Amino acid sequence: METLMEQLAPNLYLYRDKFYKSFAATVEMFWKAGLIAFVIGLLLGVLLVITKKDGISPKPVVYQVTNLLINVFRSIPFIILLIFLIPLTRAVVGTAINVRGAILPLVFGVVPFYSRQVEVALSGVDPGKIEAARSMGSGTIGLIFRVYLREAVPDLIRVTTVTAISLIGLTTMAGAVGAGGIGSFAINYGQNQNHPDIVNVCVITLLIVTFILQSLGNGLSRRATNRGLLTRHHAREKEENV
Amino acid sequence: MIEIRNLNKTYHLKTGDVKAVQDVSIRIGDGVIYGVIGYSGAGKSTLVRCLNLLEIPDSGSVTLEGTGEITLKGGKPYLDGKVMTPRQQNSMRRGIGMIFQHFNLLDRCTVFENIAYPLRHTGRSRKEITQRVRELLALVSLEDKIDVYPSQLSGGQKQRVAIARALAAEPRVLLSDEATSALDPEATESILVLLQDLNRKLGITIVLITHEMAVIRSIADRVAVMEDGRVVEEGPVYEIFAEPKAEITRKFVSSSLLGKLDRLIAEDSDLVKVQPGEKLVRLMFRKDCVGEHLLTTAARRYGFDLNIILANSEYLRGNPIGGMAGIMSGDRENIEKGIQFLRQNHVSTEVIRDGDADGAACAEPVSVS
Repeated sequence: METLMEQLAPNLYLYRDKFYKSFAATVEMFWKAGLIAFVIGLLLGVLLVITKKDGISPKPVVYQVTNLLINVFRSIPFIILLIFLIPLTRAVVGTAINVRGAILPLVFGVVPFYSRQVEVALSGVDPGKIEAARSMGSGTIGLIFRVYLREAVPDLIRVTTVTAISLIGLTTMAGAVGAGGIGSFAINYGQNQNHPDIVNVCVITLLIVTFILQSLGNGLSRRATNRGLLTRHHAREKEENV
Repeated sequence: MIEIRNLNKTYHLKTGDVKAVQDVSIRIGDGVIYGVIGYSGAGKSTLVRCLNLLEIPDSGSVTLEGTGEITLKGGKPYLDGKVMTPRQQNSMRRGIGMIFQHFNLLDRCTVFENIAYPLRHTGRSRKEITQRVRELLALVSLEDKIDVYPSQLSGGQKQRVAIARALAAEPRVLLSDEATSALDPEATESILVLLQDLNRKLGITIVLITHEMAVIRSIADRVAVMEDGRVVEEGPVYEIFAEPKAEITRKFVSSSLLGKLDRLIAEDSDLVKVQPGEKLVRLMFRKDCVGEHLLTTAARRYGFDLNIILANSEYLRGNPIGGMAGIMSGDRENIEKGIQFLRQNHVSTEVIRDGDADGAACAEPVSVS
């Protein structure tokens, strides 16, 4: 493996330790920012759906404010947002560089997009199901967890996959302003030092990661749509026998 | 018992106000199957949703057994003089089951999970829930489908699951919103039989909304006819069938008993064309005149001829009712006398087309008994 790398990408071989570290930094940025954005995005998406005019708990002011904030942050290009958020990042985490400094802008970059996607996914839940659940006495919390979030799972997996892939893109961009990771490695060691093999390998690495994420998302979403009958049946039999 | 008094509900839309329910007052006795019929947009869906507060009426009151009198003021429900909390509203809804035209089952839950939905978080143990679900499935004869997903069921089976789910929390009332409208005739019949069965076995009150007279005819005890948000006629189903008073009720009854007649008239078929000296009439016979020779007696006594185009008779809640359409021909005076005679003998007689009237062939209904 190492000799193969040495032959095909000699420059990468030279900087292979840096490359591994960069990859690890990208992975760290991805899952940390991703996890936070996942939680906040879901919350905001749910908030949008339930507070809108014909939602289950209409609150026009809350809806309008949330909606406006999301629109504003969605329309700022990420590279500008990165710079714009430097003071806030410094104030919150103490630094604007490295992985630590990248998490906050990444969250700001991905949450507006993700909340919108979640909103669309949840809006796809048949209002008839909501009405039926209301007729059975479910309150707002019950409707959110037992109907909205549950019935929308396949769609939520799909939009989460799309968002995860776009988050990979954002992490590489964050690299341009000092966050480290594959993006900054490709710029600093590939582009700036004129090592095309490094750029190429970075591109291929990101392609592979994207492909894996997409397949994972597709697979999970499919499973959530046609859940196996037999496995469920056996699970319940067991439950009853206990 | 359910009592609705002076209920109003208006939707404020951009295109203007829509008075969905206007000053409706009805009483629904315990254990009754109560039909509400009307064309789409008549307000029947809104009315039934006002019963479990899925729609909050603007004013009026709804009295439910087990809850009490809910009065509506300024679009808010009051119970015992205080605004009902969401929690109170939810617990009130648990006492009323509801089924829908499109079933509204949760697609990602099995039949078991769907039926267990109203049972969860109510302090019942897992074992109790499982047992109750099995009971309910037996009630709707779907025991073998416990672990199946709704997508693997037929429409009729889905509605059975929905019924089981609606009954899970042992409500005293079941609201049915066009529950058979999306089903084929066979499934419709089986669901209606099931509802009637449940009504008898459990003594549950059923409020049935439909636009099909056939549904009312087959299982309802009483019926309210709605038009433009108002109840225009209300009473026992047989009475309504035998002596419809409002124009819309007459339409529903005639379309149910003599469905083809309306089509023949609309198509201006040769069968319903009248010449001068002829009258197209619609006769409705109720239980006290079915089985007598009224028609032939009239024809013999007054010397008119009768060409029968359509005739039908059925049993409604054990009582016979008949309908007939035909063209009377003969001397004008004799026809008039004949009609008089029939009316005197409780045959509801309506002249639909009069060959002697102006613009004969396409004349609208001219006289009404």
